Amino acid sequence: MKRQHAVVFVRIAVLAVSIIFLEVCCRAGIVDPLTVIPPSEMLASMIDRVGSGEMNTSIMSTFSTIVFAFVLAIGFGILAGALIHRSPRLRDVVDPLLASYYSVPTFIFYPLLVALLGLGKAPLVVLGVLSAAPAVMISTLSGLDGISPVLIKLARVHRLSAARTFSWIVLPAALPRLFTGLKLALSYALIGVIAGEFILSGTGLGYDISFAYQSFDNRAMYGTMLFVLSIAVIANGFLYAWEGRLARRRSRG
Amino acid sequence: MTSESHVELTEVVRQYDGPPAIQALGPIDLVIARGEFFSIVGPSGCGKSTLLDVVCGLAAPTSGSVRFEGKELRAEVPEGVGVVFQEDSSMPWLSVRQNVAFGLRTSGLPKKEVAERVDHAVGFMGLAQFADHYPAQLSGGMRQRVCIARTLVLRPRLILLDEPFGALDQQTRLLMGDELLRLWRETGATVLLITHALDEAAMLSDRVGVMSARPGRFIDMIETGWPRDRDSRVVADREFGALTARLWSSLREESLKTMGRAA
Amino acid sequence: MGGATGAAPFEGMSDVLLEDAQGRPTPRRRVRAFDTFVLFLSVLALWQTIGSWTRGVAVSPPWQTLVYLFGLLRTWMFWDHAAATLAAFLLAFLLSALIGLALGLLFGVRRFAGDVAEPLLAGFYTIPKVTLYPVVLLIFGLGMSAKIAFGVMHGLVPITLFTLGAVRNLSPVLIRTAKVLHLSPGRTVLWILVPACLGDILNGLRIGFSLSLLGVLIGEMFSSQRGLGFLLVNGMAQHNVPLSTAIVTVIVVVAIAANTAMLCLGRWTGPRGA
Repeated sequence: MKRQHAVVFVRIAVLAVSIIFLEVCCRAGIVDPLTVIPPSEMLASMIDRVGSGEMNTSIMSTFSTIVFAFVLAIGFGILAGALIHRSPRLRDVVDPLLASYYSVPTFIFYPLLVALLGLGKAPLVVLGVLSAAPAVMISTLSGLDGISPVLIKLARVHRLSAARTFSWIVLPAALPRLFTGLKLALSYALIGVIAGEFILSGTGLGYDISFAYQSFDNRAMYGTMLFVLSIAVIANGFLYAWEGRLARRRSRG
Repeated sequence: MTSESHVELTEVVRQYDGPPAIQALGPIDLVIARGEFFSIVGPSGCGKSTLLDVVCGLAAPTSGSVRFEGKELRAEVPEGVGVVFQEDSSMPWLSVRQNVAFGLRTSGLPKKEVAERVDHAVGFMGLAQFADHYPAQLSGGMRQRVCIARTLVLRPRLILLDEPFGALDQQTRLLMGDELLRLWRETGATVLLITHALDEAAMLSDRVGVMSARPGRFIDMIETGWPRDRDSRVVADREFGALTARLWSSLREESLKTMGRAA
Repeated sequence: MGGATGAAPFEGMSDVLLEDAQGRPTPRRRVRAFDTFVLFLSVLALWQTIGSWTRGVAVSPPWQTLVYLFGLLRTWMFWDHAAATLAAFLLAFLLSALIGLALGLLFGVRRFAGDVAEPLLAGFYTIPKVTLYPVVLLIFGLGMSAKIAFGVMHGLVPITLFTLGAVRNLSPVLIRTAKVLHLSPGRTVLWILVPACLGDILNGLRIGFSLSLLGVLIGEMFSSQRGLGFLLVNGMAQHNVPLSTAIVTVIVVVAIAANTAMLCLGRWTGPRGA
């Protein structure tokens, strides 16, 4: 499709032009090097720091925290979502709460979590779960809602056990909406953990950025920043593309 | 008589709890013989779909008994029954071939035989070209054919169809009717077809039951007398017009009752 | 709202208490109110347990917090900080709303630009923007303008995306009607576009509202000497637990109240809209 190509081309062009423009402004001194360093420097710094291995502990720390929070959020979210779906009475109470949940900046609980759990991974994981789990719950509810009742009848006609009804019919039918929730969960967990590390922590990539800023080490700061943002974009982009593939098969191709 | 009857309903009543309590169906007394092609026509809301649910075990009767092959049903679908629903029950995440193979997942048959049966069913229903397509890429009629193929592959002894051709245009319906007859002859199964199209019931069936408005009861039972190897060309037969006329005369008043109620 | 009405996917899903065909005031509302009250009490109980169990090291229990809060609300200091947050937030939200609506309308109407921009905006939405905070501080310095920038950073994108989506999903027949009636572009936007898209736009504004607040608060928590976010972090640093807990309570209550108000507003204009 010609137009689709044109759209992608323009998008890349816009990004490229912006980066080149910034590079030129930095090199020419229009932009104060104490504020922003040239993009090429940022890239060099990132490659240096990753290559030299000095970021390895931070990377391991942050990634493990995010993955842990993500997995817990999914487990808890799906379980809670399924339980709530089974009980109309519980759902009646929980629906408005879920609708308003994301209006509260979960982040404000972080200092309390630190005071409660100490300065380590625990408050970060809890923060990640608090940020991500409701999105999974909401999408689980939506996914279960969207299952056509005739498919459940079909399961009974084929005399499928409860376990098989769940894994052969309920899960695949609910998957598209559930997947959207998983996508959100990753991005919320990532944001929550990095924000937590940034504000109040001793280790991790978020802390590295904050520390570099406070040490006036712009080069280190921008290098780490670029790394974190790149990982975020790649991870989210990957899930987004996967979601697209799932959806395309099932809708009017 | 019990050895010949395949399905037996005795004083079956189905009620929905209220408030207020609604009697949807019955009392129904019905015997369907083995290998018979039996259709049910009736006004909308008369409980035809409820009757189908009761016959196949998806719903238990409030009172009365349902027997399939001599054994009483208890809100559980017995082995050997296939159902094609009114709504599209094809699974959007599986291809046509995978959809058709779905029924055999629990059968424990070897892969080779599963593949053979699937290929046969897919071919029989004219879906060979689309075997690797997904339901979203097919028309409504083709999706119903997928559902029928999926039922066929199980070699059920009793096939229930709930207005399977409802969403199709008339020509496709007639052709699908022929397909259904072919299926019936090939498998030797007992067929229970629910339809609102009188001509369809008249041309396809050995016997047609006319249901009253809610609560549905049988108000007429008509033997068509067609030979076994019939197809849609029976429409040319003189008897066909008479049959349809008789069906309509039984049904007309009941339909008016339903319309008045709905309005 | 989901719920028990309609087909129940799982056998045995009870409809008891939730349906009343005789037109009496449905017990459902009463059941829900009761259940919500019970839930509220359980949350208070949990709060109390954590508070007293940790002996007020992390969280101060509900009653103490309430008492402290009433005292706090009478101090000049509190309102000084609250005003700082409010000012920054209102400006941030206003900017986000105006720019977001304008961009959203532009990208919605100009399909090509919209297609180019949307993934970029959506991508921005999912990255941890907090990592960009130092850049904002370097550019804007440590002050109100930085806080407003944070707020806009968070609030702008959802408003733009929702508005974009709303305009794009507008039924083409409405535009054709506008042309047939010879409406000027301005009138088309005002009389047809906005009312039809109002529901989605309000949704976007509601989310942008919460996120602008979040942006301003985090900014205050990170680098500010004024504002509720600062009070919260400062309270922690000085082990003034009742203060921190009270601030958190205030923020939670205000956020939920504002969100609920906007949801009701949305429902009120709903039936007329799309």
